[in-house]
Amino acid sequence: MTSLVYIAFQDNDNARYIVDAIVQDNPHAVVQHQPAMIRVQAEQRLEINRATVEEKLGREWDVQEMLIDVITLGGNVEEDEDRFALHWN
Amino acid sequence: MAAKRLNQKDKYRCLTRDLAWEPSYQTKEDIYPYERFEGIKITDWDKWEDPFRLTMDAYWKYQAEKEKKLYAIFDAFAQNNGHTNLSDARYVNALKLFLSGVTPLEYQAYQGFARVGRHFGGAGARVACQMQAIDELRHVQTQIHAMSHYNKHFNGLHDFAHMHDRVWFLSVPKSFFEDARTAGPFEFLTAISFSFEYVLTNLLFVPFMSGAAYNGDMATVTFGFSAQSDEARHMTLGLEVIKFLLEQHEDNVPIIQRWIDKWFWRGYRLLTLVGMMMDYMLPNKVMSWAEAWEVYYEQAGGALFKDLERYGIRPPKYVEQTTIGKEHISHQAWSIFYQYSQATNFHTWMPTDEELDWLSAKYPDTFDRIYRPRYEHWREMQARGERFYNPTLPMLCQVCQIPLSFTEPDADTTLSHRSVLHAGERFHFCSDGCCDIFQYEPDKYVQAWLPVHQILQGNCGGGDVEAVVRDYYNIAAGFDNFDYQGSPEHQRWQQWQGDRPADFNTAG
Ligand SMILES: [Fe+2]
Ligand SMILES: [Fe+2]
Ligand SMILES: [Zn+2]
Repeated sequence: MTSLVYIAFQDNDNARYIVDAIVQDNPHAVVQHQPAMIRVQAEQRLEINRATVEEKLGREWDVQEMLIDVITLGGNVEEDEDRFALHWN
Repeated sequence: MAAKRLNQKDKYRCLTRDLAWEPSYQTKEDIYPYERFEGIKITDWDKWEDPFRLTMDAYWKYQAEKEKKLYAIFDAFAQNNGHTNLSDARYVNALKLFLSGVTPLEYQAYQGFARVGRHFGGAGARVACQMQAIDELRHVQTQIHAMSHYNKHFNGLHDFAHMHDRVWFLSVPKSFFEDARTAGPFEFLTAISFSFEYVLTNLLFVPFMSGAAYNGDMATVTFGFSAQSDEARHMTLGLEVIKFLLEQHEDNVPIIQRWIDKWFWRGYRLLTLVGMMMDYMLPNKVMSWAEAWEVYYEQAGGALFKDLERYGIRPPKYVEQTTIGKEHISHQAWSIFYQYSQATNFHTWMPTDEELDWLSAKYPDTFDRIYRPRYEHWREMQARGERFYNPTLPMLCQVCQIPLSFTEPDADTTLSHRSVLHAGERFHFCSDGCCDIFQYEPDKYVQAWLPVHQILQGNCGGGDVEAVVRDYYNIAAGFDNFDYQGSPEHQRWQQWQGDRPADFNTAG
C-alpha cells in the first residue's frame, strides 16, 4: 500500500482558493468533497506554496493563516515562510 | 525604513526558547523532577522542533479570528431556530452523548497539558503544551456554548458535569483520561498527543462532524471543525514528540512501543461510542464506522506506522483484531444502549426499515447474519408493547469499563471474556488488549471506580437502579431517557414539524 498524506479544510471561500492552489502545484493530488469539508490526499507528498495561494486569492497570504481553515492533516510537517509541506519518509 | 522584520525561524526562537533561562540556584533535576522517573532518556532538548513555529502573538491573532467566526455562526443558528431545521430530532441524542461524554475530556486534556507543559525541561515543548492547554480550554467552552442552545429545547443536557462524575457509561471516557493524567508526562503525551489525537481523533471529529453538517446542525459542525483545526497543531505535536523521543535514545523505543500498544487499544475501545453515533445516531449518514476506520485508521495509520518503522516501531499490538472488530462494535454498542436506555441521559430506538437496509449494505458479512435478527426480535417485542429494557447490571471490563459484550475476534457469536487472579482477587476483561494492560500495572487498575460495583456496594445512593438514576445521576425517568418513540421530545418535534409553513414540509 502506498502512503497517503492528507489535509482537510472547511468548505469555505478561503479554503476553495487554497485547494485551487494545491491542485495547480500538485497534479497528483486527489480532491474529495464531503459535507462541509474538502479533503485533499496525495501519495507521499503535498505542498502548499504561498506564491500560488496569493495569486489565487489576489492578496498577501501568510502560510500560518492556513490554520484558520484547516480541519486535519496527516504526514510529517515542514513549514517556512513560503511553503507548507506534508510528507512521509 | 522600519527595522527589518525577523524571519519566522528567528522570531520563533526569540519568542519561545529565548524566554527560557539557565537556573542558577536550583538544579534542573529539582525543577523538572518527573522527567526521569518513567525511564525516558532525553539527551538534548534543543533537538525538539515545533514544525509550526507558532509564536504567542500569531497564536492569539489566529485563535481570535476563529472565535469570531465560530460565535457568528452560533448566533445565526440560535437566531434562526436552527434546531428546527435538523434532519430529525433523534439526531440530538448524539449531541447529548457528545456533551456528556466528550466535552469533559476536553477539560481533562486542558488540565493534562497544563501539567506537562510545566514539567518538561525543553522550552519549545513547554510552549507547545501551553498553547495546547489553552486550546483545550477553548474547546470545552465552545462546546458548552454550542450545546446550551439545544439545552433550551431538548432533554437530558441539563447537568453534564455532575453526570460525568457519576453516570455508568461516562466512566468509560472519564477513566481513559484519568489513566493518562495519572501517568508520567511522557506517557501522557504518547497517550493523548500521539495515540489519541494523532492516530484516533480524526474518527471523532472529521466524519462525525461532516455528518452533523449533513443533518442540518451548523452549530456542531462549526465547533467540531474549529476544535479540529487546533487539532492539526496538536497532531503535529504528537508526531513530533514521538519522533523526538525515539531519536533521543534507543532505550526509549521499547518503552514507547508499550505505550503505543496500550493507548491504541484504550483509544480503540473508547471510540466504540463514536462508531455507534455514526452508524445509528446520524439520520443522514455520511459513511459507516467501518469505512471511517478504513480511511482514518487503516490507510492513515498504515502510512504513519510505515514511516515510524525506521525507528524500530511496529503497528500497535492487536491491531488485526480491530480490522475484524470494525464490522461489529457499533452494533454491539447500540445493543447495550438500547437495552440500558433507562439508565442514560438520552433516547434510543430501533433503526427504521431504511436504516436496517443501509446497515445491511454497509456490513454485508455480519449485519444480516447476527444483528438484524436481534433487532427484528426487539422490534416485535416493542410492537407488542413489551419494549426490552435489561433489568440486570452488566459485568464491566476492569480496564476500559465497557460492559462485557464484545465478541471473540475469531468467533463472532462467542462472548470475549478474559480474567486473571491478582492478590487473591479475580479481575475480568473484555479482551486480550485490556487484560494485557492490567497485567502490566495491576496495582493501578485494581483501583478503578467501576460503576456497577459501586452501585452494588451501596455507594451511589438508593437501593435500586431507578433510585440511582433519579437521585444520584439526576436523570428524570421517561423524560430524559427511555425510548425515543413517544417521548416528550418526540412529541415536541412532531409539533414543530406540524407548525411549519407548508413549503417547508414538502422540501424534505
Ligand atoms: Fe480538544
Ligand atoms: Fe486536542
Ligand atoms: Zn476492556
